[in-house]
Amino acid sequence: MPVDLQAVCEIIERHGHQKASLIGILQDIQTRMNYLPRKALVQVSKSLDIPLTTIYEVATFYKAFTLEPKGRHTIQVCLGTACHVRGGARVLNYLENRLGIRCGGTTKDLAFTLESVNCLGACALGPILVIDKKYYGKINPNKIDPILEKYQNSKLIDSMESSF
Amino acid sequence: MNLPLKNISDLQTLRHLLQKSRNKNKPCITICAGTGCQATGASEVVEEFRKEIHHQSLKERVEVRATGCHGFCERGPLLVLRPEMICYTHVETKDVRRIIQETVLGGKVIEDLLYQHPETEERIIHEYDIPFYKFQQRLVFGANGEIDPASIEDYIATGGYQALEKVLTEMKPEEVIETIKRAGLRGRGGGGFPTGAKWEACRKAKGKEKFVICNADEGDPGAYMDRSLLEGNPHSVIEGMLIGAYAIGSEEGYVYVRNEYPLALTHLGIAIEAAKKYGFLGKNILGSPFNFILKINRGGGAFVCGESTALMASLEGRVGEPRAKYIHTVEHGLWDQPTNLNNVETWANVPIIINRGADWYRSIGTETSKGTKIFSLVGKINHTGLVEVPMGITLREIVYQIGGGIPKGKRFKAIQTGGPSGGCLPENLLDLPVDFDRLQEAGSMMGSGGMIVMDEDNCMVDMARYFVKFLQEESCGKCTPCREGLQQMGEILNRICEGRGKEEDIELLQDLSWVMVDTSLCGLGMTAPNPVLSTLRYFKDEYEAHIQEKKCPAKFCIELISLSIDPEKCTGCGACLRVCPVEAITGEKKKVHQLDGEKCVKCRACYEACKFDAVSIQ
Repeated sequence: MPVDLQAVCEIIERHGHQKASLIGILQDIQTRMNYLPRKALVQVSKSLDIPLTTIYEVATFYKAFTLEPKGRHTIQVCLGTACHVRGGARVLNYLENRLGIRCGGTTKDLAFTLESVNCLGACALGPILVIDKKYYGKINPNKIDPILEKYQNSKLIDSMESSF
Repeated sequence: MNLPLKNISDLQTLRHLLQKSRNKNKPCITICAGTGCQATGASEVVEEFRKEIHHQSLKERVEVRATGCHGFCERGPLLVLRPEMICYTHVETKDVRRIIQETVLGGKVIEDLLYQHPETEERIIHEYDIPFYKFQQRLVFGANGEIDPASIEDYIATGGYQALEKVLTEMKPEEVIETIKRAGLRGRGGGGFPTGAKWEACRKAKGKEKFVICNADEGDPGAYMDRSLLEGNPHSVIEGMLIGAYAIGSEEGYVYVRNEYPLALTHLGIAIEAAKKYGFLGKNILGSPFNFILKINRGGGAFVCGESTALMASLEGRVGEPRAKYIHTVEHGLWDQPTNLNNVETWANVPIIINRGADWYRSIGTETSKGTKIFSLVGKINHTGLVEVPMGITLREIVYQIGGGIPKGKRFKAIQTGGPSGGCLPENLLDLPVDFDRLQEAGSMMGSGGMIVMDEDNCMVDMARYFVKFLQEESCGKCTPCREGLQQMGEILNRICEGRGKEEDIELLQDLSWVMVDTSLCGLGMTAPNPVLSTLRYFKDEYEAHIQEKKCPAKFCIELISLSIDPEKCTGCGACLRVCPVEAITGEKKKVHQLDGEKCVKCRACYEACKFDAVSIQ
């Protein structure tokens, strides 16, 4: 997939070409491209005159960054303490088995990326599952399949809509 | 009114005009639109109210206001009808029309939307009578339910920026510091360091320029009071920072916010822009010689960045690794300049102290811990939510009076305070008064104020493993005791939970813990063993059961349990078969089903699905 380097340059520009804004720049690239492509990081390195190793150091240190492309839908299972005591790990365990991937992985058809997060601060709803920023509260393994189905079919709906 | 406000009297005139133009008796529907309630549909409810009010041309008679978090997340979306303070819980869009017709216009209370006590089943009309609110003292958090966080005018009309006004006109920086010192305010982010002393050290430090920082990188899982304050009342934090900056002699500040808090980021951004427009941020604030600008930085999702030196490294665009403590950040902080860092709740306490005086503030709390503290009461508790209580209240009052006890008639087992580096306290310590020092003595800590309640179904060894795993992933890896110590602890706890524990493991865990406490570089490593030490102190029998009998008394640890189907109870309905993710269950319809223990991943989906109690856990 080609990387839009023009967009990368615009983001760097928006942050005033500041070395101190490296984290913010990477965050914006990730928001736009869904991950941090190597070519984009090379561009940041050139533009800000920061060694590529330093950029990789930052990109791999912070949890918010990923160097791999993500699936169309991101499933986040909250493993904050409140969700943990209410069975959050069981939800993750179920999803790993259902999707056939480990936490952090992406399904082969690029439909889902499965992640865990440390507390979303909606503890009253625990255990919580978030798919593409939509919250599903008081989840147990039993409630997951009908939710997943909605997203599995969304691919079909998307392609139908675009054909009209 | 011409903006920006040019002097103090401009501000006073504006406040006066705002107060005069507002009719206190006009019905106002306030709806909690914090993250928790939004997740259960609060935004749709607000939208529906606005639509309905417009349709019925009621705009002149009724106001609709989306506010920050009211705290009682368990019953969201929450609605409070002012001025009567009638509280409705679990409000849905379908309720909107009848709330307007019956309550707002008809003056009649709708019974089925009222809060109902889980045990007595009594229904309560007014917010202030609901036990969850009744026993709280909401100094910092109270305005959340009253104001629209996106409206600076709401904040000003309710007395906002009055403390700044007082400081700029009546107080020298030294007097401000003296007031904060006298009030006895201690850092709410976990350390409990006296705020006034920190400010004083920073004021006295020499540097080209000075910085103030608000730590909003609320990383403790199960704690979300800082987010709710930023979401619900961002100006109170800005005002606190302005006063701090004035006292210290700083002209530039940063708010470091967790990126997982989009709503807090949005509201803070709106608030900063408004504060600039009104003249509270910028040059010559309200006509005084005081200048101050404030910037937002988003965190990158690293727990260790809650540590002050790591946070400052991150602000400089670097990897968030802490440094040794003997170099004080108040002297050499951000960009090597004197820097004062406080957390969100600490900053929000500042305007209150200035407005109401140090003596008044000192009268709340205990000998060594003054004022109130916001806790997030979560886990196995009936009333999940944010509670603000005076220091010195007992754990029992929080859990039973405010929290409404444990759901489903289960037995209380432990309460975990202080985040991942806190400790688990048992039932016999429920009468412990909560303050910085008493919690520490009991082997836990205040931390940022997470309180996670656990019942008989939670395994305490698993809890220790959970926190150690969390910290292991979040350790930055710079110093060896923390990096390797957590790794080893994690392995030992894993093997205990999996039934491979050895007799000597308990002693080994204790030894490792003390090495980490004594030799780690920063607070993360030094306090990381707390969950292990506190569970060993109070729940040693559970460790022994895992090691000696290979049993998990709470039936929680996957490797030590097995599931089976009781042929007597199974009706062959197929519910379990359908939910099993690994096809471990077989059987024909209306005939007894079988569970293949070899294939079973113990996810408990069948256990939850069975309506006949036929699936049991051994």
